[in-house]
Amino acid sequence: MNTMTEPLLTIDGLTVEYCTSRGRVRAVDDVSFSISKSETLGVVGESGSGKSTLGLSLIGLIPFPGKITKGKVILKGKEICTMCAEELRNLRGTEVCYVFQDPMTSLNPVKKIGAHFVELIQTHEPKVKKEEALERAKKLLKDVGIQPERINDYPHQLSGGMRQRVMIALAIALNPSIVVADEPTTALDVIVQAKILDLLNALRDAYGMALILITHDLSIVMERSDKIIIMYAGQMVEYAPSKDVYLNPEHPYAQGLLKSIPNIELADQKLEAIPGSPPDLLNPPAGCRFWPRCSYAFDRCSKEEPPLYITGAEHCVRCFLYDPEAKR
Amino acid sequence: MDKNKIKRSMLGTLLPIRSLAKRGLAGWLVLFGGILTGTIIIMTLISPWIVPYSPSALLGANDPSKILLPPNSQFPMGTDDLGRDMFSRVLAGGGVMLQVAIVSVIACLVVGVPLGLFASHAGGLVDRFVSLIMDSIYAFPGLILAIAVALVLGRGVINMALSITVVYIPSYFRVIRSQVLSIKELPYVEAANAAGAKKRTVLSRYILPNVLPSIVVVATVNFADAILTAAGLTFIGMGVPASVADWGWDLSNGQKLLASGSWWVIAFPGLMIILLALGFSLMGEGLSELLNPRLEQGGK
Amino acid sequence: MIFILLTTVFVIMRVLPGDPVLLHFEKSENLQAMQQMRVALGLDQPLWLQYVNYIFGLFRGDLGKSMQDFSPVAQQIFSAFPATLELAIYSMIIAVAVGVFLGVQSSKSYNRPKDHLIRVFGIVTYAIPVFFLGMLFQLGFGVGLHWLPVGGRFDMSIAPPAGLNIGNLHLATGLYTIDSILEGNMYKFVMAFKYLFLPSLTLGLVLCGVFIRLTRSNMFETLRLDFVTAAKARGLKDSTVTYRYALRNAFLPVLTMMGLQFAMLLGGAVLTETTFSWPGLGSYLVARINFRDYTAIQGTVVVFGILVSIVSLVVDILYAYLDPRIRL
Repeated sequence: MNTMTEPLLTIDGLTVEYCTSRGRVRAVDDVSFSISKSETLGVVGESGSGKSTLGLSLIGLIPFPGKITKGKVILKGKEICTMCAEELRNLRGTEVCYVFQDPMTSLNPVKKIGAHFVELIQTHEPKVKKEEALERAKKLLKDVGIQPERINDYPHQLSGGMRQRVMIALAIALNPSIVVADEPTTALDVIVQAKILDLLNALRDAYGMALILITHDLSIVMERSDKIIIMYAGQMVEYAPSKDVYLNPEHPYAQGLLKSIPNIELADQKLEAIPGSPPDLLNPPAGCRFWPRCSYAFDRCSKEEPPLYITGAEHCVRCFLYDPEAKR
Repeated sequence: MDKNKIKRSMLGTLLPIRSLAKRGLAGWLVLFGGILTGTIIIMTLISPWIVPYSPSALLGANDPSKILLPPNSQFPMGTDDLGRDMFSRVLAGGGVMLQVAIVSVIACLVVGVPLGLFASHAGGLVDRFVSLIMDSIYAFPGLILAIAVALVLGRGVINMALSITVVYIPSYFRVIRSQVLSIKELPYVEAANAAGAKKRTVLSRYILPNVLPSIVVVATVNFADAILTAAGLTFIGMGVPASVADWGWDLSNGQKLLASGSWWVIAFPGLMIILLALGFSLMGEGLSELLNPRLEQGGK
Repeated sequence: MIFILLTTVFVIMRVLPGDPVLLHFEKSENLQAMQQMRVALGLDQPLWLQYVNYIFGLFRGDLGKSMQDFSPVAQQIFSAFPATLELAIYSMIIAVAVGVFLGVQSSKSYNRPKDHLIRVFGIVTYAIPVFFLGMLFQLGFGVGLHWLPVGGRFDMSIAPPAGLNIGNLHLATGLYTIDSILEGNMYKFVMAFKYLFLPSLTLGLVLCGVFIRLTRSNMFETLRLDFVTAAKARGLKDSTVTYRYALRNAFLPVLTMMGLQFAMLLGGAVLTETTFSWPGLGSYLVARINFRDYTAIQGTVVVFGILVSIVSLVVDILYAYLDPRIRL
């Protein structure tokens, strides 16, 4: 699955800041990764960790007053940050597609399902006639497991799971290279969750696109992604293939996350939560942002910000524990 | 000792200005509006001492060369069709309007606020009845109602002020009433009542201070409206006689002179009306944002 | 509520001044003429009887007789009404069109210079006395540039548009722009439009401020909703998203505001008609004031009140009908 091809998308030192009346908030701080064709990348973090902002920055829809202040986003060799609004708009829906968290509110309530597809297709391929667009829509609905007749329904006539499938169908309609799914299952019940995730992976295999899964639930991405990024307070604290994260989590936060996943086979397992709460990004703690909650924290952690240390093939960690030059 | 006291009192007046400027656009609006209004008021007040000619002096009565002169060095704003100096008229012309506005705002406050407090506190049928009357007046086109009342009362400053008062009392009434009603439900007012506080105490200590900001905002906006309505009344001919300098009158007089291209007769008085109304409007906008901050996302 | 209005008007106009006839003549010289008038107008009857007659008269469409020539006031009002209606309609159209458009532009550049500029524009236009603006336009476009006529409603030398005659049926609205189309006469249409342009532009501009403010705040909220962001993420054109998605939802309050502004419109119409010699109810009112024709004035004021009541009733009904929460 993980062919050594030229990466589709490369993020290099991306920093996104919001300039609010109360001060500057660094929602994303120096994040770097890359993703190739047919790969799935999981981005895991608590709410406020910056994962959604990261996702939105890939399509240039960071809400006002946020801006990319440092770093680059390179899609298929082209830098997104320097593109004008019109070029960006052409990218959306065709190269990079976003599936939003809440299917209830993401579809236009006064438009039929079919109309959504027609509008999307005709915007990017103006020569396509309405009937042809509808035919394509029907096929897409079949691909995501919805009966084609439902193109004549309104969004409120579909269940939550079906609406999410429609969103996914809209996302893959124009054969994008990358699909970003932001908490695709949070608003759905557990049984439907698994189906949606399987669907996403199946589509990935069928269409050969790259998939970025953004979620707060580590267990979701554990099995289904090739690589995982763990985000905390806007920073990338660990980046590794998912197997490595499972077998050998290095960052204390990652370890904490793993310990807090309930395991049905361990009957009397005690759930361990990570003490404390995420920091206020207006006034982040000095030094490593995780140190107030870290059981391994030592003196240096509260004074210096740890850089990313490379600890293995494709595995890096932002923690002083792995400083090769430090002596404990 | 004395010098420090003076310094402190001067700083005292400067500080509010500085803190206003820090509050972003809203603060600037209040500042700018306040300065504008203040300047015009002062100008009008001192006009009797600084006018080059009497505003009602018909300089053209015996000297036809002084009629309808465009702006020049002797008459910086020109003269009208009877030789009156426009500059003097502009300096003094705000007097009537300001008087009308002040009287009507005070009258509205004196009548409208207690009425609003009373009705919302009384509740029940009384409240509904009074509200119904107020709503009817409120819905009615303002200028037309003012015309009707002014017609009945006759000309003159006080009468104009009274007709404008009648038109705008409902605005104050509604704002007070809605504020009181929303505050009445708040837990801390209920707590005070439950603890047995007298109605008067509740009113003055709890409700009034919270209602005050809205009153200020309504009054400021009302000022602007009053000025425009007064101008409108004068324009139709229901205001003051020609001997008193008044911008609205100048506009009505100048209308017939337009065809000859004598723009200066209306341009300057009109501009003054705009500036005065604008000053109050800006203050009102700024105050409304300062006193009722909206939940805004980011940015000043 | 109308009832209270009518009673209030009656109280103000009949009861307060005491004797309208006295006011009309100002000095009690010609006692005989005064008494004649009193009898002719029914003003010598006891007050309660006058009130009853007044109310019943209204239902019959009788608004009393003019003090000038004892002709029915209702008829005079009826003939002056269409001109005011036409002015009102076009002014409202301009106010809404300009206001909504600027409001949309303003909401999209939120808190940036363009936004501030537009907001200030809205405040400034409200502070301009409508007759002053009218005179400025007259000076500029009429006297200065000679592009547009300065007063009146139609070229005096030609017959005004008379509508369509189908057999015995005479179809005319009294609105010159529509009647000229009915008549099929394009020349008259252009002519009517030329005379209509400046007055309605004046009145429309002064009123647009409210719509700017309303649209701006509504659009700001709507543009933050999920389905708008989702639409943008699909790469839909900016104009599509703004107008077809966001504006649709923000439009209903505009409709309500149109109804509320109608009262201001009528007041402004009085001043505008006076400035432009537009032969409508406003001019009629002012002329009657100058003549001290109290019965006519009372009749006109009553009509204004009734108009406002009708419009607010219509708006209430329309709102209940169009509110999707009630319908869908």
